[in-house]
Amino acid sequence: MSLNGWLQIALFIALILLLAKPMGSYMTRVFERRRTWLDPVLVPCERLLYRLTGVVPTEEMRWTQYALTMLIFSAATLVLTYVVERLQLLLPLNPQHLAAVAPDLALNTAISFTTNTNWQAYTPETTMSYLTQMLGLATHNFWSAAVGLALAIAFIRGIARREMKTLGNFWVDLTRGTLWILLPISVVFALALVSQGVIQNLNPYTTATLVEPQHITTTGADGKPITTTVTTQTIAQGPVASQEAIKMLGTNGGGFFNANSAHPFENPTPLTNFLQLLSIFLIPAGLTATLGQMVGSPRHGWAILAAMTLLWFVGVFTCYWAESQPNPLLHNIDQQHSLTQPGGNMEGKEVRFGIASSALFATVTTDASCGAVNSMHDSFTPLGGMVPLVNILLGEIVFGGVGAGLYGMLVFVVISVFIAGLMVGRTPEYLGKKVESYDVQMAMLYLLIFPLLILGFAAVTVLMPNLGLSSLANHGPHGLSEILYAYASATGNNGSAFMGLNANTHWYNYSLGIAMFVGRFMMIIPMLALAGNLAGKKIVPETAGTFPVTTPLFTILLTSVIVIVGALTFFPALSLGPILEHLLLHAGNTF
Amino acid sequence: MKKTIITATLYTLITAILLGIGYPLAITGLAHIFFPKQADGELITRNGAVIGSHLIGQSFTGTTYFHSRPSAAGTGYDAGSSSGSNLAPTSKSLIDRTTASTVTEQTGTAPVPVDLVTASASGLDPDITPAAALYQIPRIARERHLSEPALTALVAAHTTPRQFGLLGEPRVNVLDLNLALDNLPTH
Repeated sequence: MSLNGWLQIALFIALILLLAKPMGSYMTRVFERRRTWLDPVLVPCERLLYRLTGVVPTEEMRWTQYALTMLIFSAATLVLTYVVERLQLLLPLNPQHLAAVAPDLALNTAISFTTNTNWQAYTPETTMSYLTQMLGLATHNFWSAAVGLALAIAFIRGIARREMKTLGNFWVDLTRGTLWILLPISVVFALALVSQGVIQNLNPYTTATLVEPQHITTTGADGKPITTTVTTQTIAQGPVASQEAIKMLGTNGGGFFNANSAHPFENPTPLTNFLQLLSIFLIPAGLTATLGQMVGSPRHGWAILAAMTLLWFVGVFTCYWAESQPNPLLHNIDQQHSLTQPGGNMEGKEVRFGIASSALFATVTTDASCGAVNSMHDSFTPLGGMVPLVNILLGEIVFGGVGAGLYGMLVFVVISVFIAGLMVGRTPEYLGKKVESYDVQMAMLYLLIFPLLILGFAAVTVLMPNLGLSSLANHGPHGLSEILYAYASATGNNGSAFMGLNANTHWYNYSLGIAMFVGRFMMIIPMLALAGNLAGKKIVPETAGTFPVTTPLFTILLTSVIVIVGALTFFPALSLGPILEHLLLHAGNTF
Repeated sequence: MKKTIITATLYTLITAILLGIGYPLAITGLAHIFFPKQADGELITRNGAVIGSHLIGQSFTGTTYFHSRPSAAGTGYDAGSSSGSNLAPTSKSLIDRTTASTVTEQTGTAPVPVDLVTASASGLDPDITPAAALYQIPRIARERHLSEPALTALVAAHTTPRQFGLLGEPRVNVLDLNLALDNLPTH
């Protein structure tokens, strides 16, 4: 660990905390339909869109209608992506003549992008045409993020409203989130990325003549070595910057290239890396301020942001420390930090990012449900790699995905308030609303679906040598980590991976597809039911016995509840994966 | 229900054209007006032919060049198939591979800088650390009959410091360094 590394990390969190309030205030204005400076351009667009699609913007929706509309819209977008993937050979903007995507992979990918997961079981540069990337995938980066935002706003309305049956209009929330928030920031961000070297073109792949031709020796089918001479390099091109901007801002994370944000064309400089980091947390941090403003208790928003920051810090500290450690199995290799190198565990990391920026990125991308990577988590040290895994297993509520992080966190808030109520022996209240058995049931349903999917699927996979285990790249406890990470990432809609696992098989494509689908939509339903129920409640006046949700005590309670729920659920699985691997690594074992 | 399905379908199609066609094409247009070189990948041409990109690494394994890092992209630095090795720290393949690389790279008794024997995340890392570049100077000086101070100066001239003195890590672009090396007068 170095002073410079910590300065970068400190600057990052300082900027996020500074941006939270202005960003949150802007989002409050957007969703409360108050005036903003973009109105002269966007209001006519908004009205035109409603007229063309038959949306009545003044119509209010109950939670059931809000959920149903969201599901139907998601289904329509899923179908579009599946069709584009299957027909890409017949469609324009396919200079490499890439074939139609196989049905299981196309379905997995369509679910993956619809659910804001962006799990990628394919190598994009050899699988997806430019049109598929633009029309089939980048569109989902907007839609799924806007859906997440809309759901978070609906949940906030559920808390803020009193004795009402409705949560707002899904189409209006979706449209305003897209036009006022995601699109304008993406345009500016994309151009900033291009200025630093992120590519943006529709050219065919470039063939470059190598400066030094390479002689590659491989083993042929007959077991004899074959030497081939490679004289050229194929350089993949594409409309990257436009997709990169919304991929980060919408916490989607699906890379234009296989190497994701490690690829020099996606993330060429330390500055692009820093901007990408900021864009992951920008909206989730802002939403805590939006929450505080819309429910009339700004300090409640700050208390939640404080809990998030605390959990973020523990993650980044552990990851940065672990990745700075030398691998004890390597000899004659200088792994010490010095003025001319960062040292540490450099396998799967880029020199321009080193250890600090890689560890920060891994922590941030999994705190949020982003899943973009600038280093390969599979090659992290056991404890360093456990940080992203644990972040996902906690439910991606540390800042969290766009919208999804906040509503996930609010479910934990309800549970925390309930536990506080039990401790003092009175009916728990949350911002003036009694938390009753139906509310706790819905919150617990939300919390239980998650581990059930992850641990259930991982257990089944581990028991199937031909389907599950044959895809592993690493063996021993690390193999279990690969499987656990895959189902955690899919269910949590993260999308990052221990990428050694070959997930492009029928078993993984379908089972991970189900995990992503259920992990998104089946968790949204109890969440909206809870919101709908809260909206209908009366406000009870605050008394001396009310547990305040604006104090450091609340922040500590909330953090503890998150950690205890996570630890009770997942510690046994983690002890057989990364923790065992850590012990075996230092005992000198290899697999 | 039926009305919602119609609205959802229309909404999907209209916003797909806006966000999936209009937005990326607008950015492509603006990028080519303001940053044409960057938008096309900062390609390097020599005598009219493309010989690489400033941003994308290439394999250098000969004794007369600064070596780049090992790569897991295709057969090495295949920029049509980016990838890391994804090997775990306890992987026997990883230990065997780095041990073999260490034997190749080591000059004298000093240990080899770690980035020179580990594969990058993308398999296309254009850079090595200043430590890895300085480490290779004695070999290159010997093979090319150049003086070590001249090479140290060359490496220093091609070392990119942290951005704004703060972000990222100091680094040396291997392709740029080797192209400059080919242009150095021998004595």
